[in-house]
This record gives sequence, C-alpha cells and structure tokens, in this order.
Amino acid sequence: MATKSTFGNMFACLFAVCLICSAILAGVYALTKEPIEKAAQQALAGSISKVLEGTPSEVQTVALGDKTYEYYTISNGNETAGYAIKSSAIGFGGAVKIMVGIRRDGVINNVSVIDANNETPGLGLKCQDEPFIGQWKGFDPSSKVIKVGKDGGDVDAITAATITSRAFSNAVAIAVEVFKTIRGEEADANTGASTPSNENKEE
Amino acid sequence: MSKLSLITKGLVKENPTFVLVLGMCPTLGTTTSAINGMSMGLATMFVLVLSNMAISAIARFIPDKVRIPSYIVVIATFVTVLQFLMQAFVPAIYATLGVFIPLIVVNCIVLGRAEAFANKNSVADSALDGIGIGLGFTAALTVLGLVREILGSGSAFGWKFLAGDGILAFVLAPGAFLALGYLMVIFRKYIAKQ
Repeated sequence: MATKSTFGNMFACLFAVCLICSAILAGVYALTKEPIEKAAQQALAGSISKVLEGTPSEVQTVALGDKTYEYYTISNGNETAGYAIKSSAIGFGGAVKIMVGIRRDGVINNVSVIDANNETPGLGLKCQDEPFIGQWKGFDPSSKVIKVGKDGGDVDAITAATITSRAFSNAVAIAVEVFKTIRGEEADANTGASTPSNENKEE
Repeated sequence: MSKLSLITKGLVKENPTFVLVLGMCPTLGTTTSAINGMSMGLATMFVLVLSNMAISAIARFIPDKVRIPSYIVVIATFVTVLQFLMQAFVPAIYATLGVFIPLIVVNCIVLGRAEAFANKNSVADSALDGIGIGLGFTAALTVLGLVREILGSGSAFGWKFLAGDGILAFVLAPGAFLALGYLMVIFRKYIAKQ
C-alpha cells in the first residue's frame, strides 16, 4: 500500500489534500453561515425577551470605566419600558455572561443566563435554575445590596458555589451601574446601593 | 471477517473506552450527564466514519512519509465541518460541549483507526469499522454519563427522579475516574470475557 516517497510526490500530495480540504471547508462555511447567524440572533432575542417584555432596539453601547457594554432599549408602544444590559464577570471556570433586564424605575425585572457553561455542573451551573435566578425578579438595587450573604449583601448564594454566585452578583451590579450611566445619573453613594466591583473584570 | 463482526467488535471486543482505553480526555470531561456523553459520542462517530471512508479512499495515493499530516488534515476538515453544522443547528449542545468538539481532531481513536484499519481496508469496510468503533464509544460515554448523572444529580437523561442533590462528587472530576474504573471492571469481567 505504501507509495514510495519522493520530494515531488510528497509536495504534490500535501498540496492536493490541503486544496481539496479547504475547498470543502469553504463550501460548508458558505452554506452554514446564515443558519449560524440566525441561531445566534435567536439565542440573543430569546435572552432579551426573557428579561423584559417589549420591542428591543438595535444593539447600543455605553462606556463605563474603561470598558464598553452592550445594551438594548426595550420599548412598549412609544414608551421606554427599560433596558436589557449584557454583562459578565469571571466565575469559577471562565466568564459568566448574563442579560439583565432593568425597568425604567431602576428595579431589576429579570435576569437570564447567556453563557455559564464553564461553571461546574451540579454546582455553579445551578445559577440557571429557579431558586437562584428567581430571586432577581423584582430585585430593587436601591434598597437591597447586590452581594452574596457571606459578603454582607442580600443575595442568596448557591450552596457550595459561592464563587459563581459572587460572579453573578458582580455582573448584576455592573449592569446596574451601566443602567445608571445610561440614565445619566451619577452613581449615588448615599442610596446605599452597591458599588460595582472592578476586580472581576474581563481582560 | 464478516461484515457484522466489523461492527460488533467495536462494541465489545475492541471497545475503545473499556478495552482499548483510548480517547480518555473527552470520556472523562464530557460525561457529566447521559445526554452530554451521548452527544460527544455521536459527534466523534460522525468524524470517525467520514474520516475512515475518506482515508481508505485516498490512502494508496499518499506517499508513506507524509501520511500522518495528510490524515490529520482530512480529520481536521471533518471536525470543522461538524463544528459549523452543530453551531448552526444544535447551538445549545455545541455550547455545552465547548472545547471538546475541536479537540476531536486529536482524539487518538480517530487517527488510530485511520492508521490501524482504514488505510489497509476498503471504503465500505472502513465505514463499518467507523460505525462499530463509534457506536462502542457512544455507548460507553452514554453509560458513563448515565451512571454519573444518576448518582450525582438524581436524574436520568435530564428526567429528575430524586428531589434535591445526589452525591455531588460523581458530577465532578473525581467521580469520572471512579465511575469509569468500576465500569471498566464490570465490562471486562462480564461482557468482554474471552
């Protein structure tokens, strides 16, 4: 079965194999490009509609500190109902990415998880489940502290997954700060609201 | 060798996980639940069958000294095709399996079958060999995932039969080694007995 190797046939063979393989890949890429974009958009639209009902705007960005955050203005008829803000913080195994829906009055409407697949299954990954994620519905950052109980806040951490809970809380706190920036408010230290922690920023 | 035995040998006598002990990285890493294990097994099988067929078709044109790079390019192509397809049609599973999908390229089962079987046999036999080994791998990962899911989270294929948590260690990395070890003992003692 072995063909004798010469410089010429080795060169020709590798060239042909790579050429054919790249052609196949280019073809499949062209075919799947649209469905992949569609799937990504659907996932995004799903996470937005879960946190706040209404018609989302196109993606907008706002700078806070040295980072820019993406958000969507949600309108209900002609009124602005609130904002869906994309936020993330480093958890146990990587970035925990969440979408935070904040109503116009500053109260958190709901939070959904975009990506927490680097968290431990059975521990940190439970941040997607009701007992933890449910507590964010109607969470008012002006009267509650967005920190886990262990750090002196009002968030119920997931048992044995403090790091994920802490990252999640940090991400929510960042979203609240982003919301304040969007609303053109200066972060008011007197309200007792949490200060966003910068220690968990992504690089 | 009969056509049927090409398939059954991958399931039992040459089971890649329990007998040959190949491809341990995805085996231990992705089997946190039965569904995850099965998805990983099927993804590997897809690549294995296609790369086996392609390699057996082109093997005799490839000079001996460049056969490994050629095989790897072929395997990497099919893995990337799989990656595109999963991203497009099953994005949720793709997100869960994460880095383990691109890592199929370096799964030694795939290159192992190319070297040990596909480059000496016909396209049809290589396809059957890929199906057999692929099914063996899928079955092993599904069983391992199922055991870990039942013990670790009190559910089977996502269906929860136990309120609260199971023995958490089985979902974590140490449980993967424990469960795999015991399954290997049971498999070798009772099923793959010569």
